[in-house]
Amino acid sequence: MANTADAAAIRLHRRTDSGLGIAAVVMVTCLVVAPFVLYPVFVMKALCFALFACAFNLLIGYVGLVSFGHALFFGWASYLAAHAAKSWGLQPELAVVIGTATAALLGFVGGAIAIRRQGIYFAMITLALAQMMYLVALRVKLTGGEDGIQDVPRGKLFGAFDLNNEMTMYAFVLVVVLAALFLIYRIINSPFGEVLKAIRENELRSISLGYRTDRYKLAAFVLSATLAGLAGSLKALVFQLASLTDVHWTMSGEVILMTLVGGLGTVFGPVAGAFIIVAMENYLAPLGQWVLVIQGAIFVACVLTFRRGIVGELASWLRVKL
Amino acid sequence: MFEIFGVPSYALFGQLLLGLINGSFYALLSLGLAVIFGMLNIINFTHGAQYMMGAFVAYMLLQYLGINYWAALVIVPILVGATGIIIERLFLARLQKLDPLYGLLLTFGLALIIEGVFRNYYGSSGKPYDIPDALQGGHNLGFMFLPNYRAWVIVFSLAVCLVTWFAIERTRLGSYLRAATENPTLVRAFGIDVPRLVTLTYGFGVGLAALAGVMAAPIYNVSPQMGSDIIIVVFAVVVIGGMGSIMGAILTGFTLGIVEGFTKVFFPEASNTVIFVIMVIVLLIRPAGLFGRGI
Repeated sequence: MANTADAAAIRLHRRTDSGLGIAAVVMVTCLVVAPFVLYPVFVMKALCFALFACAFNLLIGYVGLVSFGHALFFGWASYLAAHAAKSWGLQPELAVVIGTATAALLGFVGGAIAIRRQGIYFAMITLALAQMMYLVALRVKLTGGEDGIQDVPRGKLFGAFDLNNEMTMYAFVLVVVLAALFLIYRIINSPFGEVLKAIRENELRSISLGYRTDRYKLAAFVLSATLAGLAGSLKALVFQLASLTDVHWTMSGEVILMTLVGGLGTVFGPVAGAFIIVAMENYLAPLGQWVLVIQGAIFVACVLTFRRGIVGELASWLRVKL
Repeated sequence: MFEIFGVPSYALFGQLLLGLINGSFYALLSLGLAVIFGMLNIINFTHGAQYMMGAFVAYMLLQYLGINYWAALVIVPILVGATGIIIERLFLARLQKLDPLYGLLLTFGLALIIEGVFRNYYGSSGKPYDIPDALQGGHNLGFMFLPNYRAWVIVFSLAVCLVTWFAIERTRLGSYLRAATENPTLVRAFGIDVPRLVTLTYGFGVGLAALAGVMAAPIYNVSPQMGSDIIIVVFAVVVIGGMGSIMGAILTGFTLGIVEGFTKVFFPEASNTVIFVIMVIVLLIRPAGLFGRGI
């Protein structure tokens, strides 16, 4: 009896692993081919948002913390990266590092404040903090107010590769995003990630087992903010622009929508969700304000009918982990 | 006219008055949020959009049907409250057994839908709504000029807040409500129709938001984004006050409005961030909020 059960468990485990492996290969292949079929800038935009959504998913999907203010990290990282590249004339890799570090710092401060309350309050606090920093962005000189920071130079990567070439830029974005996604995958499957999932399932029990859950939550928050910042910094280089749109609460809403559509707590869901929402906004742009209505309707539909998201539903249908 | 801390009294009391006005809207909105949260365990993200709907419906009634402010004050909360009841029956009732997070996401989606529809038809610029004739003009009090309409808004919203507090804390219906918040199963066993109570509570909370919207219409321009601007501040107010107490929500709302008004006089740059800064300080010192019960 025990043997057959073990064998079944092992088969399931293999099936799970092969599901993830196959999905990863399919995703990477598609992304390598994509710039030859679609507009590279469009794919790069989707890639940045995919990373943003995955960073957000690290919190909502694995720690159960709903941040309604992730635009704070995305947008401010984007501002600082753009400022570093334009005003300080730094090389693109340094600009990205500065943007990401800014997000890490903001994540540490914001996280330390927000984790003082749980559940629904956490969402309201993160939203309020992000709104505060949006109002700051509206006022301070560094961000350029309503104009934002325009004409950000892409520069030469490591002083050698000219990023003004669309394909070079694409390769840079792809490598960074894939590396970050792999990092997230490793985080959620590490012992640290297991503790995070334990906190999501039952925080009080985790505390009683001796884990200092506040530290874990803060660490996860900082990681999530940092990676969101990486996405924002890349976006500043891709569009050569950092603007108020990136720090507005609608951006925080969009990243939630992407993650929800793709599937909360799935590895590939946020990536799929980001591509779907970015494509939708691209094709529906002529409809103007109706895009907002459509986004809202998707929110409602997701919550009422498929809470597992597209990838989550697919995974349960194929009985694999995706 | 005289000066206080080097600020002319007219400017100081003028901003204070504006602060009190904002405070009355914060109080009405956070009161509604607290009542809804108590019964439904949902943070109603649509609250801002419903406040905006209140202002717009008042505007539309006047524009298309010639129905004046005083009638709107009664009709609008009923109409918008009715849409709230529909929303509760159609959507929120299905989420009862789920994580409160889904309620937040759903109401966020509804807020986007409502704001998008109004933006589509009315653009993002504001529409003016005239102060009713009876409340035109104002009085010169010597140290400040008091516009009649503003005085009316403060007095009326304070009255609405107190009546709500009385209804919840001191009447039989209110005691059912509080009991159902504590233990819905037990209250149902006593033969009280809890789901209906939940629906009516949501409708009532939404009606309060719409009422605030009607009162706001003559002061601010009626615009589709007026809801999302205020709701985030109200969330901060709710975090500061904590949602455990009705009176707490009212007091916090008015106080923070006044603080905001003062900041406008002394540090104009910080006036729209001051509430968020207070939120951070309160979280660091007293994480449960000023009137919160636990976390």
